[in-house]
Amino acid sequence: MSDLAIGKQASEFRKGLQAGISIGVGYFPIALTFGLLAKGSGLSLYETLLMSLLVFAGAAQYISLSLLSFGTGIFEIILTTFIVNIRHFLMSASLNEKVEEDRLLYKIFYSFGITDETFSVAATKEGTVTTGFMFGVILVSYSSWVVNSGLGHLIGASLPQTLQDSMGVALYAMFIGLLVPSMRKNIKVVMLAILAAAFNSIFTLEKLMAPGWAIVSATLLSAIIVESVVMLAKKRGHFNEE
Amino acid sequence: MKNEILWMILGMSIVTYIPRMLPFVLFKGKELPSFLQGILKNVPFATLGALIFPGILLIQKDIWYGLIGAVAAFIAAFLGANVIVTVLGSIAVLALYSSIL
Repeated sequence: MSDLAIGKQASEFRKGLQAGISIGVGYFPIALTFGLLAKGSGLSLYETLLMSLLVFAGAAQYISLSLLSFGTGIFEIILTTFIVNIRHFLMSASLNEKVEEDRLLYKIFYSFGITDETFSVAATKEGTVTTGFMFGVILVSYSSWVVNSGLGHLIGASLPQTLQDSMGVALYAMFIGLLVPSMRKNIKVVMLAILAAAFNSIFTLEKLMAPGWAIVSATLLSAIIVESVVMLAKKRGHFNEE
Repeated sequence: MKNEILWMILGMSIVTYIPRMLPFVLFKGKELPSFLQGILKNVPFATLGALIFPGILLIQKDIWYGLIGAVAAFIAAFLGANVIVTVLGSIAVLALYSSIL
């Protein structure tokens, strides 16, 4: 029995590794550029690697570099990081409903690796998300992020401009690739995505709020509105039946 | 290694990790109200919408760049391509577009 369970976890881990490949590819140009910019901002190779190892959050790491170059104090940089990354709270709360019941210690461990990308891959997976799957997705993503940050610092140059430009679309294309199959099956998914895209565009482009809050507000607003509409429609249907 | 940078990295890692970890501890074994569960189930698809727009339109000054990339990815995914093919396809289309320019 336990052999069977171990075998299952191993194949789930492999599935996770496979599902993480697009993230690994997508992180490549971004991490490379991060390493390059970190070098330009005066961070040593070790500091660059340490940041990618311990923080593992692309947008916040980029912002910290530009704040450093403005001479911003570290307290303000840490506060900004917190605000930019608070969206992960919502993602973890959502994922918590979908992952298999397992030891809390494992969840506390793999929650370190929840990024926009690993969350998107796990949350759009069919059925329950196993612990093995989470570890697989995160291992590929994390390795790509850390190794390529170091590589960017070491070689001190980025990819040829055209390649750099076209690879910049990779993570967005991945998000589209994860979203579309669910959109085809479910009108609710279409409503959620379009509504959140519209809210986030308004909040960001009109500079109504910082990007971190914009994503959180757009996501929550759309999730609540759509859920309320669905609930009301269900109630109506129920009343009609009676 | 400069001490200040080290403290900054440590601080950043703590404030990033806590929001990622906390929900698993706070909501462990709790059955949330069904309306709240519904909202949390909606979060992934809303998040994806917000992660794609307006970000993809802003990857280059030329707004067409992101738009073409988005359409290419959308068509590939709609035709049933898996995620990695969608990603590589949209990179290829944009490499072609920028070499024409």
